[in-house]
Amino acid sequence: MTREMTSAERTAATMGFEEPDRVPLFLSFTTYGAKELGLSIREYFSRPEYVAAGQVRLLAKFGGDCVSSFCYAASEIEAWGGETIFRDDGPPNAGRPPVRSPGDIESLEVPLIEESPSLLFGLRTIELLKQEVGDDVPIMGTVLSPFSLPILQLGFDAYIELLYGEPDLFRRLMTKNEEFCVRWANAQLEAGAAAISYADPLASPDMVPTDLYRRTGFVVAKRTIARIRGGVATGLASARALPVIDDLAGTGTIGVGVSALDDLAEVKRRCAGRLTVIGNLNAIEMRRWTPAQAEAEVKKTIAAAGPGGGFVLSDNHGEIPWQVPEDVLFAISAAVRKWGNYPLDWVSP
Amino acid sequence: MRPDHLEPAGSSSSPTGDLEEALLSVDVLRAGRIIRESSAASTPISCIETLVVPVLEKIGKDWEEGRVALSQIYMSGRVCEDVIDTMLPAGSPDRMPHPKMAIAVLEDHHTLGKRIVLALLRAGGYEVTDYGSGVTVDGLVESTVRDQVEILLISTLMLPAALRAKEAIARIKEAMPETRVIVGGAPFRFDPDLWRESGADAVGHSASDTLAAVRAMTEAA
Repeated sequence: MTREMTSAERTAATMGFEEPDRVPLFLSFTTYGAKELGLSIREYFSRPEYVAAGQVRLLAKFGGDCVSSFCYAASEIEAWGGETIFRDDGPPNAGRPPVRSPGDIESLEVPLIEESPSLLFGLRTIELLKQEVGDDVPIMGTVLSPFSLPILQLGFDAYIELLYGEPDLFRRLMTKNEEFCVRWANAQLEAGAAAISYADPLASPDMVPTDLYRRTGFVVAKRTIARIRGGVATGLASARALPVIDDLAGTGTIGVGVSALDDLAEVKRRCAGRLTVIGNLNAIEMRRWTPAQAEAEVKKTIAAAGPGGGFVLSDNHGEIPWQVPEDVLFAISAAVRKWGNYPLDWVSP
Repeated sequence: MRPDHLEPAGSSSSPTGDLEEALLSVDVLRAGRIIRESSAASTPISCIETLVVPVLEKIGKDWEEGRVALSQIYMSGRVCEDVIDTMLPAGSPDRMPHPKMAIAVLEDHHTLGKRIVLALLRAGGYEVTDYGSGVTVDGLVESTVRDQVEILLISTLMLPAALRAKEAIARIKEAMPETRVIVGGAPFRFDPDLWRESGADAVGHSASDTLAAVRAMTEAA
């Protein structure tokens, strides 16, 4: 009888475009760990020990194949002088953008990791996770892409106006953001992260026209990813990826997070042998799924993208909402073990 | 002048096609000239109704169908809003009479969706009170009732805020049953049934959807 693969082996096999023992399952837990530990979200994110414990407990409970040090997007913007606004039932939000005016970009200083408590928090979380899971379970680190970070640095509307109207300032900002992103990603890899999730929602044609992306975010991603000393998978935070699959493949990324709005089978066909497909369960609808619906969605998703490997079952955003019932998560976990064992003989060619 | 990293626009033959092309390529000067010429040939209101709104609605629809990006909708709305504001300042007697309207971002500080909808509505000749972002349920109910708002637009980004809209809407409807509420934002796009659960009267999956809903409510009033 063949030995069951570890989560790390399973993930490595699928990312090498081979069929592992079963489809890997990445459950993206952030605030959910607070619920598991019986803490408020603010309290949970106050100590790396809590976050690591939450990740490890949820891994054991729901049988996923990765853990993550990611807490919330605003933690990165804290390093740039931004603020975080906590709430009781969902992810903390970024407050007022720290760059108040485009004119401030010139004097903006790239934060040092060793002087940024929120980043040190993330590194310590990775170290603690590494002590717990060793090499058996991949630890995902996360960066906001240099191209998408200004949504939080300046505010989305101000950033769009900068992108269209101030090309010189845009380039200066990208230089600073790239430097920061590379340092932050490599620090996470050095702390024990197996790979980096590169959150780049602005790469989606839902957000900026593809021709503009090719002149801007694509070039930035290509430069940045080349300097990150480990595997990088790009996530578009629920925005559509299909029209830019070829572009994303050209950035040097090795995986792509896929939207529930994308045609998953077509994405898989376009990615084949180049990018691992990660997705695309609808995390918003998941809140009111029944266990039977959850199983049906998992089955449908595996049928669309599972054959041949190169696929990780996950949600479409990188966040399992606080409101998703546990029985749905148990059903997802059971369904991947029922329908995700290779070879997928039940899937029609 | 268009920045050098943007594509030059192609050619088109009708005023609507010309304006759409100018807006999508963020050619501010050309878009302004097309709108002003149309207004001079008729009236500002006629220009809004026959040129600006149809073009913005088409751009919004194209976004829903994946042919246009959010950044283009935002810039299109901003450009039109600026031109219309010059031609038809807020409070101008030439503006269309309409119900009292307000917009807020509920429990969130991401303002792009609200900004796009505001720009589109203002470019469409409507006056809308902006309650800002990070508005609490209590604050929204208080402002809406105080101002006797007839059409309220609630923008959200994250699921928890979308769920909180239900409480706000229930309390507003209890105090003012005739107030109509339109919700919008990403959670409502990813869960098509969520807006009914919230108790809203309509959902705007895009800014043009929202504009259409406002027009329908205005005409029905």
